[in-house]
Amino acid sequence: MPKITYIEHDGAQHTVEAELGSTVMETALRNDIASIVAECGGGCTCATCLVHVDEKWFGVVGPPSAEEEEQLDAAFEVKPTSRLSCQIKVTEALDGLIVRTPAYQGR
Amino acid sequence: MSETIKTDVLIIGAGPVGLFAVFELGLLDIKAHLVDILDKVGGQCAELYPEKPIYDIPGIPFITGHGLTDALMQQIKPFHPTFHLGEMVTTLEKIGDPLFRLRTDAGKTFEAKCVVIAAGGGSFQPKRPPISGIEPYEEKSVFYAVRKMEAFRDKRLLIVGGGDSALDWTLNLQPIAQKLTLVHRRDDFRGAPDSVNKMRALVASGGMDLKIGQVTTLEGADGKLTAASIKGNDGGVARVEVDAMLPFFGLTMKLGPVADWGITMEDELIPTDTAAFETSIPGLFAIGDINTYPGKLKLILSGFHEAALMSQKAHRYVYPEKKLVFQYTTSSTSLQKKLGVA
Repeated sequence: MPKITYIEHDGAQHTVEAELGSTVMETALRNDIASIVAECGGGCTCATCLVHVDEKWFGVVGPPSAEEEEQLDAAFEVKPTSRLSCQIKVTEALDGLIVRTPAYQGR
Repeated sequence: MSETIKTDVLIIGAGPVGLFAVFELGLLDIKAHLVDILDKVGGQCAELYPEKPIYDIPGIPFITGHGLTDALMQQIKPFHPTFHLGEMVTTLEKIGDPLFRLRTDAGKTFEAKCVVIAAGGGSFQPKRPPISGIEPYEEKSVFYAVRKMEAFRDKRLLIVGGGDSALDWTLNLQPIAQKLTLVHRRDDFRGAPDSVNKMRALVASGGMDLKIGQVTTLEGADGKLTAASIKGNDGGVARVEVDAMLPFFGLTMKLGPVADWGITMEDELIPTDTAAFETSIPGLFAIGDINTYPGKLKLILSGFHEAALMSQKAHRYVYPEKKLVFQYTTSSTSLQKKLGVA
């Protein structure tokens, strides 16, 4: 199974196994990564599962869709490599992915 | 002060479960008023996923949040519920056995024999931008909603956001403001195209400013804002003198005042029994996503079931002298009369 590393705002690092076909958001919730809120449960409607994808990985993960880009307007401190983690599907290609989670998701 | 509104049941939250509670209570001749902080019914179905599909409503293979809300409104029509939208219940006190007095932030007072908390994930409240030191300015010169436009006449305004709220208030307030600056993180707006065009025309004619970036710092004292710094996407920082800021970053769910009502809580959820979904306080029920019990699933269908069982128990409080005979809508003429179909 692919491994994903979440680096939280305070530096805490969690490397966890991710199920193929699940999302980076779901993997975070399963592993109790508290800085991912995911209020809407993965519907791309609340912008509370923001992650900053590591620059080396952004090319693999790819840019947000137009729908996701609109939701990013309701997130804070959005960077060029920011994504909503509910919209990133786990694939073999993402083995080793590094994402950083923000200090604040809006609540 | 308005007079007290007396009702059998007050339902807090007009999401799908609160709406269906009207139906189940109505079949038992119990009248309900509903209060919701949103200005529309439907709760999360209306606010978070109006156009998203729901696949697990029994008997309905596919429906959108908006569609489910509309269908529920149709279903509860015969029971004439009264809605109090855009209001939040702020206080609840037990004044009888059972009898509750509740007040809303709009100054209304209710007296209800039973109260049903169907508040889902809590009340939708505006997201607060993570600008350090923003709190002292809130409600003094930082506003998440416009109550009176006149309050902004001849003021220097900073509006933040790229959706319809930000654009609508930009267009509404621009004619009366002394100066208006709109800030958005990208030069692309998701609001209605007509509003975007009008805003762009105002920028072109010098009627307002548009800055692309994020507000990073606020200046001022005693809650009175004097300036804000905006960091552009190119890294440059612009300082704008302002009297008020209006950030529009959408809504988030917060538990809200429920936590202060003396109800036993568990991780921001309300534990209930599973026979009637009653809380630690008799006559006070919690149904839908806000309750918890062994095996709880946060599903709309579970909330519907909870509404039905809650209603049976509420009947005992509202009509203590009446014996409740269980009936089916399929065969009971009396229930069909209530539904207006017999």
